[in-house]
Amino acid sequence: MAARAQKLIALVALAFIVFALAARAQDKVPVSVPRRIVSLVPAITEMLFAVGAGSQVVAVSSHDEFPPEVKTLPKVGALIDPDTERILALRPDLVVVYGSQSDLEKQLGRAGHRTFSYRHGGIATTLNTIRDLGVATGHRPEAGKLVSSIQARLDVVRDRVKGRPQPRTMLIFERQPGTLREVYASGGVGFLNEMLTIAGGRNVFAEVSRESVQPSTETMLARAPEVILELRVAGVVEKTPSREPDAWSALSSVPAVRSHRVHLLTGDYLVVPGPRLAAATEAFARALHPDAFK
Amino acid sequence: MITLDSADESSMPRRARHASIRGRLASTIVGFGALAVVTCVLAPLVGTTSISLTRAFDPSIPFDQNVDAQIFFVARLPRVLAGALVGSALASAGVVFQAMLRNPLATPFTLGVSAGASLGAMLVIIFGGAFALGPLSAVPAASLVGAAAATAVVYWLASRRGHAISTSVLLLAGVTLNSFLSALIMFVQYLADFAQVYRAARWIMGDLDIGGYDTLIASLPLVIVAFGLFALLPSSLNLLSVGKDAAAARGVDVPRAQRLAFFSASLATAAAVSLAGPIGFVGIVVPHLVRLLVGVDHRIVLPASALFGAAFLVACDLVARTILSPVEIPVGIVTAMIGGPFFLWLLVRKS
Repeated sequence: MAARAQKLIALVALAFIVFALAARAQDKVPVSVPRRIVSLVPAITEMLFAVGAGSQVVAVSSHDEFPPEVKTLPKVGALIDPDTERILALRPDLVVVYGSQSDLEKQLGRAGHRTFSYRHGGIATTLNTIRDLGVATGHRPEAGKLVSSIQARLDVVRDRVKGRPQPRTMLIFERQPGTLREVYASGGVGFLNEMLTIAGGRNVFAEVSRESVQPSTETMLARAPEVILELRVAGVVEKTPSREPDAWSALSSVPAVRSHRVHLLTGDYLVVPGPRLAAATEAFARALHPDAFK
Repeated sequence: MITLDSADESSMPRRARHASIRGRLASTIVGFGALAVVTCVLAPLVGTTSISLTRAFDPSIPFDQNVDAQIFFVARLPRVLAGALVGSALASAGVVFQAMLRNPLATPFTLGVSAGASLGAMLVIIFGGAFALGPLSAVPAASLVGAAAATAVVYWLASRRGHAISTSVLLLAGVTLNSFLSALIMFVQYLADFAQVYRAARWIMGDLDIGGYDTLIASLPLVIVAFGLFALLPSSLNLLSVGKDAAAARGVDVPRAQRLAFFSASLATAAAVSLAGPIGFVGIVVPHLVRLLVGVDHRIVLPASALFGAAFLVACDLVARTILSPVEIPVGIVTAMIGGPFFLWLLVRKS
C-alpha cells in the first residue's frame, strides 16, 4: 500500500516538474518585435497606432473605424465572430484578443502564434496597456510619452474643475431613441465613471459596483440627477442636436431636465477606453462646467 | 386535455343551463375582477423608492417639482396599466389559440406573431431609424408591422377560400415561420454592434417600464378591438375545441369562427408584444391555471383568464422591479420563475 502511495507521489511530482519545465520553456521563447499584428479589439488598435506601431498592424476587427488608416486593412471578425482561418492565413506574429476569447487564444497558441490578451478596465488599465503594448511592439519610448501626455491632459482637466461644485450626474451611453426605454447608465466602476469623476461630476450611481446600470424610470426620478450626460456613438443616430429634450421632458421633476442640463455628446471617441479618453474627459468637463472653459 | 364538461349540463333544461352559466360567469368575474383590481391598486403604491402619497396627490405642488407625484404617475402607474393590458391580452390570446388549434401547448407566440414582431423591433434597434407611426416610436411601430406581416403570411399559407383552416397546416406553418424568423433575428443580431446586441437581447426579455402613456394609448385601441372580437368567440370556441366536424354539425360557421379567433388573438398578441416585448409564460400558464380553477367552458375561461392575466403580470412585474432593488430583473424571467413551479404544483395536486 505504502509503495503504491510512494509511486503515486513520485508520479505526481514528475508530472509537476515536466509541467513547470514546459511552462518555463514557453516563457523562454525569444521575444522579437512583431511585424505582423492582428488586433481584434478597437481600443487596442487605436493604442497601437498611437504608439507608432500602426505600420506593423496587418488586420483589425470588423468594428474598427479609427484611426482612418484602418479602413484599408482587412477585417477579420471581432469579439464573438473572429475569423480564425483568415487570422491564421495572415501569418501574424502577434494577435491581440479580448480576455473572454480564451478558446481563440488557445487555438492560436496551438498554432504557435503569440497573443496579447486584454480586458477593459479603468483609466489605469488603459495606460498600463499602452505601456505594455509599447514594450511588446518595440515602441517603448513613444508609449511612455503617450501615457505622460494623456496624464497631463487629464491633470489639466482636473485643475480646471478644481474647487467647483460637483453636479450629481447621470452618464447615459445607450437608449432607445425617442423614448426612455432600454436606458444604460454608467455604474460606479470602469473608465466612464473615472472620466466623469475627473471631469468634475459625481455619478448618481457611484455606489453601484458595476460598469453599467439599467435604471428604471422610477430610479431615474428618485436619483434626481442635476446633469444628464448622454453619449451617442456617431453614425448611429439621425441628426446630432446638442439637446434632445423630447424624451427627457417626461421626467420634468428631474433637476437636470428642469434646468435644461441634459447634454447630448456625439462621437465614438467618447466610449472607447483608448488614447482618446483624455479628449472625451475634456468633452465631459466642458458640458459639466462650461464656465471653467470660457 | 381541453374537453367539454357540458355533457352533464346538456341534460338540464335550456333555461336552467343559461341561469347556471350566468351565475357562474358573474361569480367568476366578481372573484377574478376583485383580484385584478386589488393588484392594480396596490401595485403602484409599492416600489424601490418610498414616496409620500399625500405629497403625490397634493395638487398645490407644481407637477414638475413634485418627485413623488412623478414617480407615481410617470414611473409606476403607466407601468402597472401596461402590465394589466399586456397580461390580459396575452392570457386571452393564449386561451383562444389553445382552443382554436386544439393544442394545450399553444401559446400566443406559437404561430410566429411574436417572432415577426421581434424581427421588426430588432431591425430598428440594430439598423437604427428614427421614425414614428403616429404616437408610436420606431421600435413598437416596427414590431407591429412585423407582427402584421407574420400573421398575414401564416394565414395565407393555411387558408383556402371558403374552407376551414386546417389546424395542423396552421400549426406547422406557424412553427416553421417561427423558426425561420428566429434564424433571421439571430442573423440580424450577428451583424450588429455590441451595444445594440445588448439592447436587442434586453428587448426580447420583455419590459413594462414604458415611462409615460403614449405607447399605452397607442396600443389601447388594438386591444379593445381584439377584446371586442373575443366577446363573440366563446360558444364557438367551446365547439371548435371538440372538433371542426362537431362544431359544424352544431351550426358553427367554422371558417368564419376560425378566422375571427385567429385574427383577434393575433391582434391582441401583436399589441402586447409591441408594447412590452415578448413576455413569455403568461399566455400558457394563466389559461391552464384558470382552467384548473374554473373548468373548461370558454364563456368563463376567457374573461377569467383576461382578468387573472392582468393580475398575474402586474404582480410579476412588482416582484421584478423590487426584489433585487436597485437592480431590476426582466419581467419575463419572473413570469417563468413564478409561473412555472406554481403551475406544476397545481397540476400535480389536481391529478
